[in-house]
Amino acid sequence: MRIECPYCGPRGAEEFVYTQDAERARPTDGGASPTEDWAAYVYLRDNLPGARREYWYHQGGCRAWLKVTRDVSTHEILKVELP
Amino acid sequence: MRYSALTVLTQALKGHTGWMPAWRKASPAPAYDVIIIGGGGTGLATAYYLAKNFAVGRVAVLEKSWVGSGNIGRNTTIVRSNYLLPENVAFYELSLKLWEGLERDLNYNAMVSQRGVFNIYHSDAQRDAYARRGNAMRLHGVDAALLDREQLRREIPFLDYETARFPVLGALVQRRGGTVRHDAVAWGYARAADRLGVDIIENCEVTGFMFENGAVCGVETTRGTMKAGKVALCVAGASSVLAAKAGLRLPIETHVMQAFVTEGLKPLIDNVITFGAGHFYISQSDKGGLVFGGDIDGYNSYAQRGNLPVVEDVCEGGMALMPMIGRLRLLRSWGGVMDMSMDGSPIIDATPVGRLFLNAGWCYGGFKAVPGAGFCCAHLLATGAPHEAAAGYRLGRFAEGRVIDEKGVGAQPNLH
Ligand SMILES: Cc1cc2nc3c(=O)[nH]c(=O)nc-3n(C[C@H](O)[C@H](O)[C@H](O)COP(=O)(O)OP(=O)(O)OC[C@H]3O[C@@H](n4cnc5c(N)ncnc54)[C@H](O)[C@@H]3O)c2cc1C
Ligand SMILES: [Zn+2]
Repeated sequence: MRIECPYCGPRGAEEFVYTQDAERARPTDGGASPTEDWAAYVYLRDNLPGARREYWYHQGGCRAWLKVTRDVSTHEILKVELP
Repeated sequence: MRYSALTVLTQALKGHTGWMPAWRKASPAPAYDVIIIGGGGTGLATAYYLAKNFAVGRVAVLEKSWVGSGNIGRNTTIVRSNYLLPENVAFYELSLKLWEGLERDLNYNAMVSQRGVFNIYHSDAQRDAYARRGNAMRLHGVDAALLDREQLRREIPFLDYETARFPVLGALVQRRGGTVRHDAVAWGYARAADRLGVDIIENCEVTGFMFENGAVCGVETTRGTMKAGKVALCVAGASSVLAAKAGLRLPIETHVMQAFVTEGLKPLIDNVITFGAGHFYISQSDKGGLVFGGDIDGYNSYAQRGNLPVVEDVCEGGMALMPMIGRLRLLRSWGGVMDMSMDGSPIIDATPVGRLFLNAGWCYGGFKAVPGAGFCCAHLLATGAPHEAAAGYRLGRFAEGRVIDEKGVGAQPNLH
């Protein structure tokens, strides 16, 4: 897997640290059922095959956080954006 | 056909022409009392114990590919019960006891080899942590012994003891741990379940569920629909995909883990050894190849293959622990997609959807769990109540804050 960092150019996956799904939204504290919303946010995942957006950290490079669109079924990197 | 020394002998005299297929090629029936989705170790063991220990009527196992094509045929075959937390020690010890009687129970040679699992420690702090874990195991009646450097050196002389970076100080050993031939486990359970009347239906992918008053009442498959009294999900890395078809989101992420085997060698490593300062564990198969693995790749994946950085990391771990393997050639490497749960521990429970049950979250350690997972899931399906050894493995534990997190790293599956 190679990720094209907007600052450093294409770099091997070993320079990056994967953190998490970039689509998860933090619930608002005063929501309708705050405990349930927070439990779902912390513990439940869609976890489906196909393309999804996720956060990768360029630890061995410029140390920028990147929003990477990657197909988890093929490992193909489809898009790299700054968050 | 019952397997025995006599059958081998008579078959040898007959030129091995009389062996029968180990299980029938079953075709789907219109209805079953219990349908188990997934013909891996977990699913086949669940079907076997269900048919053996309970009278639940007709049982089928639906496998989208062939039996043994998933993680059951891809793992590094290590079995052990050296856990720290009470829920895990009790469950994995039940599973290890079932391994000890498995071959006689199934009438199948699964090559259960209690060759001992040695967890090497490299610092004072790690020795203390291992001593604590060993004590927790012994309090639960599980065997464990803490070896110092000289005791370990007598048993395993070839480690790199004196290195300044990762000095080998000793090991926690569980002598009842070891390895089991992974494919034989799938085949043995499939054959034994089939003999008790379970239909094992291969090349049959479940594509959806049928519902009745909000509860599951059957499955849609590539080989037609089937009615079911109860349905159990035993599909490892595909758990979230199937759960989504029933409207559920799970506390699970799918990650890839790789394993490796070298060219065959004469007997060299006669136990299981794990490196405590990195990600590397190793044993030798009966064919002679060194079988080893490391950590998961660390990102979500459904690809059943990993990337080179982890290959390098695993090999570095091996070189740090036993430099003698440096000139061996790798024969193969492969990957499997695993159901990583949010606390690193499994789930055997009913789901909020009626008549739908979940047996998942096995992470990279579900091979050793196969007998226990099947035994406890069968109990749950037949009686409606969790087995006492798996009572902590509930789906609701996350929302209730009762997580079972051996590593203490939180809801971050790529760190478990
Ligand atoms: C490289 C590697 C090394 C490992 N090493 C160890 C180890 O040393 N010790 C240990 O204890 N554990 C280990 N594990 C973990 C262990 O292999 C798994 O936790 C365990 O095998 C999972 O349970 P299973 O056997 O039921 O899974 P699987 O064999 O994957 O079974 C799931 C089955 O479900 C089927 N399926 C999926 N979707 C559908 C569908 N829609 N319809 C029908 N069928 C479907 C799949 O085809 C598959 O056959 C390792 C795993 C890997 C990948
Ligand atoms: Zn960069």
